[in-house]
Amino acid sequence: MLRYFFKRCAAIVPVLVVVSVLACGFVRLLPGDPARMMAGPDADAATIEMLRAQLGLDRSLPVQYVTYMGNVLRGDLGRSLKTKLPVFQEISLRYFPTMILAVAGMAWSVLFGVFFGAVAAIYNGRWQDYTAMLISVSGISLPQFWLGLLAIQLFAVYLGWLPVAGFTGRWSELVLPSFTLGATVAAIMARFTLSAFLDVLNEEYISTARAKGVPERRVMWKHAFRNALIPVVTMAGLQFGFLLGGSVVVETVFAWPGLGRFMIEAVAVRDYPVLQALLLLYSFHFVFINLLVDMVYALINPEIRFE
Amino acid sequence: MTETKTTPFRIVCYKFKQRKTALAAGIFIVLLALVAVFAPVIAPYDPYATDYGLSMLPPSAQHWAGTDLYGRDILSRIIYGARISLAVGLTSVLVGALAGVALGLISGFFGGFLDGLIMRTSDVLFAFPGILLAIAIVAILGPGLVNVVVAVSVFSMPTFARIVRGSTLALKESLYVRAARSIGASRKRIMFVHIMPGTLSGVIVYFTMRIGTSIITAASLSFLGLGAQPPTPEWGAMLAESRDYIGVADHMTIFPGIAIFLTVLFFNLFGDGLRAALDPKLK
Repeated sequence: MLRYFFKRCAAIVPVLVVVSVLACGFVRLLPGDPARMMAGPDADAATIEMLRAQLGLDRSLPVQYVTYMGNVLRGDLGRSLKTKLPVFQEISLRYFPTMILAVAGMAWSVLFGVFFGAVAAIYNGRWQDYTAMLISVSGISLPQFWLGLLAIQLFAVYLGWLPVAGFTGRWSELVLPSFTLGATVAAIMARFTLSAFLDVLNEEYISTARAKGVPERRVMWKHAFRNALIPVVTMAGLQFGFLLGGSVVVETVFAWPGLGRFMIEAVAVRDYPVLQALLLLYSFHFVFINLLVDMVYALINPEIRFE
Repeated sequence: MTETKTTPFRIVCYKFKQRKTALAAGIFIVLLALVAVFAPVIAPYDPYATDYGLSMLPPSAQHWAGTDLYGRDILSRIIYGARISLAVGLTSVLVGALAGVALGLISGFFGGFLDGLIMRTSDVLFAFPGILLAIAIVAILGPGLVNVVVAVSVFSMPTFARIVRGSTLALKESLYVRAARSIGASRKRIMFVHIMPGTLSGVIVYFTMRIGTSIITAASLSFLGLGAQPPTPEWGAMLAESRDYIGVADHMTIFPGIAIFLTVLFFNLFGDGLRAALDPKLK
């Protein structure tokens, strides 16, 4: 296990390096002179020069990269061009809202996804199966921003049960956005649970259990369901990155004070230090979550680690 | 004994037709394509014609889906929007598939350094959640539909490459490829004549499944203000315009959303049907 652990950790190092080089060199990819563009149309030569030095654009790419990453490791992500505040501070303000949104979205999606998937598997081939899978394929086809707008329309504007948008720390504000965020993943999870469940039902130990007279309900819940959950847990982990990506759209719909909306604002005003930092943050999260999922999977399934 | 030949293609067609939902989805997609092509004939109004006297009217006999803030006919805008969504969805997946198939073939066939390079690059692309990668690309290239196509293609590419690489690796060791090699077929011939066709069934299935995702992503980017710019009648952009009038003019939110939802739903159902038909393991 330990060997596998180190092997997997070593494998992500190059990915992390390339990802960070990309996030760093990102400013260089811009057409034209980034310093001039950031300074705005009526900036004088001195301001542009100062900005260039501040961004490290007057140095070579490797030097720029090492300086930037050095700063990152010390918690210095530069300053936002728009608000002039340290990017680190801006990000830490918005980190919690995004994470709680993603975690709540994940909770919904596991709850609904596993439920619908299990129903479809238990009633395989009957109307319950078709209904569950129809809901699931509809869920995959629903654009999150539309689902969000509809949810606001129904639950906030007409019924008045829940707040329209924003986040000030109340739980009721979390319901609609997290549900919207989790919907697509719930649909994916439902399909995945169905196939995992059906795979397990084909196993010989299920036939054995039935043959020795274990009640069907017990076969389903004790023998099949538990084993089907193993791949489902892995899948849930992998979908977490998808949720983080989806939060960009959902946060915009619900005016959520998180990283996703911050990113869209940064794109709109070309706030590059913020974009750089966010790309780095998101992709590192993504890579580490995948690593974690691999580890958990290897713990559960010994075949993987002896490969 | 009947003389009808059971070619693999016929079997696939037969299996596909058995799935009623997939067949219905296929018909819907054809109809939608026709609507897109003949938009100028079908649309009752000019999608750009504004009339402030008709601002935000609810659906009526004259305007089946109502009008928007500027008095434009929403149904006409949805009909024209079909052109954009289909074009963006198809082109971006096509570009992603072409590049991905080429890279996957090279990667699987030649192995070694090239394989390592291509696969590590796709790992890096996978390290960014799809839509974030698209947003980053649009941030570099600037907002606009063409750039959205580029962005969506880039993030479809690695999956195609992986699918093709996987089947190339398997086919490379198959008996018929070895036989071809032993009679002295050139590398090029083995790659394109013997291996590539074998990888295509996986590619076709993923291709159809991907169109739906690409349409949603493109519409999302337009919704966020990074794709189609007003006054273009793009479905996501139309929804962005409707945001401030929830509870005032609900039809503005409902109809463009239905258009996206149904289009994506039918592409997904179609893809499901194809997968069932092409996968010999499923009955």
